[in-house]
Amino acid sequence: MSKILLHGTEAICEGAIRNGCRAFFGYPITPQNEVPEYMSVKMPQIGGVFVQAESEVAAINMVYGAAGAGIRAMTSSSSPGVSLKQEGISYIACARIPCVIVNIMRAGPGLGGIQPAQGDYFQATKGGGHGDYHLIVLAPSSVQEACDYTYRAFDLADRYRVPAMILADGMIGQLMEPVELPPMRDLKEIPEKDWATSGHYGAARRVLNSLIIQPDELEPHVNEMQRTYEEIYRNERRAVEYCTEDAEIVLTAYGTVARIVKSAVNELRKQGVKAGCVRPITLYPFPDDTYAACAARPNTKAFLSVELSLGQMVEDVKLAVNGKKPVYFYGRTGGNVPEESEIVAAAKKALAQAEAEK
Amino acid sequence: MIKILLAGQGGQGVLSIGQMLAESGLREGKEVSYLPAYGPEMRGGTANCSVIISEEEIASPLCNTPDVLIALNSPSFHKFAPRVKPGGIIIVNGSISDSYAGRDDLSVYDVLANDLAIEAGNVRAANMVAMGALFALTQLVKERSILNCLQERFVGKAAVYETNVRAFRAGVGAVAK
Amino acid sequence: MKVFQKTKMLTDAHLHYCPGCTHGIVHRLVAESIEELGLQEKSIGIAPVGCAVFAYDYFNCDMQEAAHGRAPAVATGIKRCLPDRLVFVYQGDGDLASIGMAETVHAAARGEKITIIFINNSIYGMTGGQMAPTTLIGQKATTCQNGRDPAVNGYPIRVCELLATLDAPYYIERVSTHDVKHVLAAKKAIKKALQFQAEGRGYTFVEVLVSCPTNWHMRPVDALRFMGEECTKTFPLGVFRDKSEGKQ
Repeated sequence: MSKILLHGTEAICEGAIRNGCRAFFGYPITPQNEVPEYMSVKMPQIGGVFVQAESEVAAINMVYGAAGAGIRAMTSSSSPGVSLKQEGISYIACARIPCVIVNIMRAGPGLGGIQPAQGDYFQATKGGGHGDYHLIVLAPSSVQEACDYTYRAFDLADRYRVPAMILADGMIGQLMEPVELPPMRDLKEIPEKDWATSGHYGAARRVLNSLIIQPDELEPHVNEMQRTYEEIYRNERRAVEYCTEDAEIVLTAYGTVARIVKSAVNELRKQGVKAGCVRPITLYPFPDDTYAACAARPNTKAFLSVELSLGQMVEDVKLAVNGKKPVYFYGRTGGNVPEESEIVAAAKKALAQAEAEK
Repeated sequence: MIKILLAGQGGQGVLSIGQMLAESGLREGKEVSYLPAYGPEMRGGTANCSVIISEEEIASPLCNTPDVLIALNSPSFHKFAPRVKPGGIIIVNGSISDSYAGRDDLSVYDVLANDLAIEAGNVRAANMVAMGALFALTQLVKERSILNCLQERFVGKAAVYETNVRAFRAGVGAVAK
Repeated sequence: MKVFQKTKMLTDAHLHYCPGCTHGIVHRLVAESIEELGLQEKSIGIAPVGCAVFAYDYFNCDMQEAAHGRAPAVATGIKRCLPDRLVFVYQGDGDLASIGMAETVHAAARGEKITIIFINNSIYGMTGGQMAPTTLIGQKATTCQNGRDPAVNGYPIRVCELLATLDAPYYIERVSTHDVKHVLAAKKAIKKALQFQAEGRGYTFVEVLVSCPTNWHMRPVDALRFMGEECTKTFPLGVFRDKSEGKQ
């Protein structure tokens, strides 16, 4: 199949639709409005459901209902709207309802700005709402990946009965790139959900619930969720390495920032600096094994985490590197995106600092 | 790899020719990316987008230092001219902007885009005049790819298509002189 | 000879409601209606947060337990995807008319083809008797201990009247449970609403006045009398919308 030029938001929608998403609930917020707009046209054409909800709160609860009834369902929003969804996400996680939530991040805190940011990393990877839970978090860095990862998110969510999040930034949302779309999946291929409250004509009744009021019942339930997260950790960590084999400085970034970092690595190499980079695809589970492997190499002198935040993923990088090598940070915030030259300078500085501290 | 920044006033069609450029590149099997600036700028203010056309995989989709700037109005010319790579090209809409970039390490092409578009039949085709100039100066995509995109965009609107083709050719002619 | 039988639409779980509370009666009315309509096997119920939070244990059909106030949104998600199922929502006054007012109004405005059973006992029961959006003027609650003062606490919200300003709802009625006659009338309204939904007619809403002897600090009999004499003054019973009879 030939490639077509698509917006990141359209690619997300197509990835969802082609893997059986038949219900979308959304609410307008910049910079993700193209998602509900696209879905409002597409869903009726394929026999799916689109509702413009009265709020992000309502939208995530519509997902709870639809996904709970066994339909592959999705919602999307941007940072402030995703904060509103956190209540619903916590309930969904506890009730073990698989679904997909898209966050096209904008700059915060508060109403913040509408330009690209990555300030919701903690919220996305550490649970986000109340209680002990996690989402599977995938971070696309291109329009093709926006499509592919959304497609995959539905399978992962179903397989583990854990909600999955696509964590992208405003740049991915607006970017247009060539995409090869996956074929439309036959809905019959998608495994039946034997837990879904679908009014299934006479079989034993099913209940979806996040109220487990007896401590001796809630604890095993949460432990069971934890076991699932451990299984996800074992099976699903993904990262891409670039030129790390002989690198002295290993840069790391996710999403579109990883692409600027890759350009910076090329420039550093051109200038004779042995640089490489790691791009996590899964932010939860965090691909700590990749970082540990880099840290174990004698040529690796330091790490540099580059983010559109004031230092969030860097904490997971430090945990993964576990003190074996120094980990530095370079970030921009407020909606500003670092230029390649800034990253080149920060990498050189980090390398010099690591050598000075040795 | 060529990085092009296209800027102008909202409604002048910079995003439209940016997309057309990316689409043309894609049809020739090249790697392309198109990144529009978004936000309040979309609402009647300035509009701009970054297009990259490359033979290899595109890492950063940003055009902080473009090889080519197309500026369809004066504010975007002055805002972005300082960012153009030394040795780069600026195509500026001379009908409604001066063309003094304040630097001599690049080539500025003063193209009377509005006037030529009016001659071609519609001032709204000024973007295609600039596209013609870009094509003539860089040859980064084939003329046929651009015209095919244009034709698809104006299916059933033959007159509009013709006007745009005339504007495109006027743009080619303007920089050939 | 006719022998009384418990409806199969209720499980055998022990109801947790306080003595004298009429929640249990409404559960039975809803359950009997669904059974009588033969819709038990295609029903999906939504439980609220509040006194009826355990409703998922009582109704013998597929159930989802919603977050506080969000039941109409959850029901929307289900019904839109499975339009041939019977989707009913059971909510109290805090859940429906306070924290969930946006979901309530918008589901009604969209004309979601669901049935909402709204339990109005003019108090927060589960949390211990705080003021509700439906607490009567002068009625005491733990957060308005001298009685609801309009100058401080505003006025009770009449949800049926409010929803009846919207174009989409098909059927809106307020009923009570303070005596047998009214309980029978309530059953009729609930069954009608469910029937309308099953026929795909539109959004149906039944407000049921319910007593709360525990938090009203009354004996059950006094609480029923209070309902009949006082609650119905602020919340007049009646049909506010019935498009089947041309009542707009």
